[in-house]
Amino acid sequence: MAEKNGVLVQVRELKKYFPIRRGVLQRRVGDVKAVDGVTFNIFRGETLGLVGESGSGKTTVGRTMLRLYEPTAGSILFEGLDLAQLSSRELRSTRQRMQIIFQDPYASLNPRMTVGGIVGEPLEVHRVARGKEKRERVQELLRLVGLNPYFVNRYPHEFSGGQRQRIGIARALALNPDLIVCDEPISSLDVSIQAQVVNLLEELQGRMNLTYLFIAHDLSMVRHISDRVAVMYLGKIMELTDRDELYLNPLNPYTQALLSAVPVPDPVVEEKRRRIILEGDIPSPATPPDGCNFSTRCPVVRDICVEADPELIEVASGHFCACHIVEREGRADIGYTVA
Amino acid sequence: MTEMKLTDAAEAPRPRRRSRRQFLRHRLAVIGTVVVLILILVAVFAPVIARKDPMYQDYSALKAPPSSEHILGTDALGRDVWARLVYASRVSLSVGFVAVSIAAVVGTTLGAVAGYYGGAVDSTIMRITDTVMCFPLLIIIITVVAMVGQSLYNIMAVIGLIAWPGICRLVRGQFLSLREQEFVTAARALGAGGGRIIWRHLLPNCIGPITVATTFGMAGTILTEASLSFLGLGVPPPQPSWGQMLTEAQKLSILAEMPWLWIPPGIMIGLTVLAVNFVGDGLRDAFDPRMQSN
Repeated sequence: MAEKNGVLVQVRELKKYFPIRRGVLQRRVGDVKAVDGVTFNIFRGETLGLVGESGSGKTTVGRTMLRLYEPTAGSILFEGLDLAQLSSRELRSTRQRMQIIFQDPYASLNPRMTVGGIVGEPLEVHRVARGKEKRERVQELLRLVGLNPYFVNRYPHEFSGGQRQRIGIARALALNPDLIVCDEPISSLDVSIQAQVVNLLEELQGRMNLTYLFIAHDLSMVRHISDRVAVMYLGKIMELTDRDELYLNPLNPYTQALLSAVPVPDPVVEEKRRRIILEGDIPSPATPPDGCNFSTRCPVVRDICVEADPELIEVASGHFCACHIVEREGRADIGYTVA
Repeated sequence: MTEMKLTDAAEAPRPRRRSRRQFLRHRLAVIGTVVVLILILVAVFAPVIARKDPMYQDYSALKAPPSSEHILGTDALGRDVWARLVYASRVSLSVGFVAVSIAAVVGTTLGAVAGYYGGAVDSTIMRITDTVMCFPLLIIIITVVAMVGQSLYNIMAVIGLIAWPGICRLVRGQFLSLREQEFVTAARALGAGGGRIIWRHLLPNCIGPITVATTFGMAGTILTEASLSFLGLGVPPPQPSWGQMLTEAQKLSILAEMPWLWIPPGIMIGLTVLAVNFVGDGLRDAFDPRMQSN
C-alpha cells in the first residue's frame, strides 16, 4: 500500500565506522563497525520500524541518515538527492525536510530555554517566521501535540516525561518535515504514557502526511505502529518485510529467536510456548565474525555461514532476508512457531 | 485534544521577571547587592563623603587616633585615614571590575572555542593556558609592570591578562560535557550553526559557573591589587588603594599601637570580597530555571 506513493529515501550500502584510537599519538588501531553496509528504502507516508537489540546499530543508522554522524561510506538518497555528498550549507536547508525525535526527553530539551524558545527555534534558524507570527505558530504547534499553548514561557523541568516528549515532537513538526526519525521515542516513558505518545504520532502522521523511521526495541510496539519492519543485528539488516509477514512468517533464524522472546499475554500459552534461548553474547562490533554476523550464535549454523557473508536478497515479493540457509532452502527452521 | 488538562491556565510570567523574583528572594544576595551599590556610590561621590583631601598632610596631627576632626585618625604623614579609605575604594573597585571583565571575556571566548571545536584548536589553546598558569602570578606581573610602567591602567590590564586561564579551563570543561548532550544534537538536526549552538545552547548553560568564577575572580583581583600595592608595585603612591594602606601599616609598632591604620582597609577588602561573592551566588541561582518557582 505504501509503495504506491513512491520512495522517499533510499539508503544504499551505508556504513558508519567509529575509529578506535590508542596511545599518546592517538593512532587508529581499529574501527567499531556500528553500521556495516545497510541498504533499504523508505516509502512516502509509511512507517518503517527498525528493531534490534542494544548495540545493533539502529540508532546509528537513524543519526547517520540525517548526517548527525558523518557516513563512512554509502549514500542516502532523499528524493534522489544524495545527503552524503551535500556540503554543510546545502545540508542545513535540507534539514527542514527531515527531523528527529529523541529517546530521552530529559536530555533532548535545553534546560535553559523556554518551551516557546525550543519549539520556535527551527522557525528562527530557517527564518520561517518571527515576532507575532512565530509566537502564533508556536502556540498552534503546542495545541497540535496536545499541550496548553499558555506553556510557552515555561521551562522543560516543569513538565512530565510525556509532556516533554510532546514538546520534542512539536519542535520536530515546526518546519513541516517529510521524514521524522523517531529514535526510541517511547522507550524512556511510562507504559501508560507510551500509548498516548504513539497514538499522537499516528494521528499526526495521518494529518500531516509524515513518513517515519521508527527505531525501537519493543517488538509489540513496533508491530503496532509499523507498515514494514527491518531487523538489525550487529550493524547489518537481517530481514526486512511487511509487518504481518515478518511477525507471522519470520524466515531469518535471528528474527525467529528475537520474536520468540516476546511474551504472550496469555498465561496458558506462555506456559507451553517454547522460547529459543541464544547462546553467548552479541560479538563486539569492533571484531565482527567472519561470514554471517549471526554465525557465532545461530542454532542452525553451517559451514557456509562462517565462510561467506550472506547478502540481503529478496526471497519473496517484498521480503528481504540475509541468510544462506533461507537463500537455499526457503526457510531456516530453528523450532520457532508463531504463538 | 488528549489527556492534557489545563491545570494552570494562567500564562507563566516572562523568564526575565522570574529571574528577578528569584534573585530578590535570596536574602544574602540582596544584602550583597546593597553593599556593592553603596561602595560604588562611595567611590563615585568620594569628594563629598571624604570631606578632606587624601593627600593633604596635617603636621599638627601626625599618627593621631580617631577624633572628631579625623574620624579614623591620621597616618604617620598626617593624612586623614577616612579620606584615604574613601578615595582608595575608587582604585580597588575599578581594578577589580575592569581586570575581572578582561579575564572573563578572554577566558570565556578561548574556553568556548577550545571546548566546542576540540581537536587541534583545543590542544593549542589549552597548552597556552597551561603555560600562562605555570608562571608564578606575582613574578609575571612584577616583570610586566616593571617593563610597561606602574600605572592604574597597566595594573588593570596585566591582572586581567593573567587571571583568565581559570575561567578558560572552566568554560572548556563545561562545553566539553555540554556539547555531547542530546539537545545540542537536536539543535544540529534543526540546522543550527556553530555560532547559534554556542550562544543559545552552550553558553546559557554555563552562566552559573561563569558568574561564580567571575565574582570570585573579582574578589581575587582586588586581593591581587592589594598584594601588589603591599609589595610596592601597585598603584603608584601617593594615590591610595586599600592594599597600599595595609602596606604602610606593616610595622609592628603600628600593628600594635595604631589599629586605625590597618583595621579599616582590612575590613573594606573583606566586606567587598564577601558582598561580591554573595551577589555571584544569587545571580547563579537566578539564572537557573530549576531554582525558580512560581
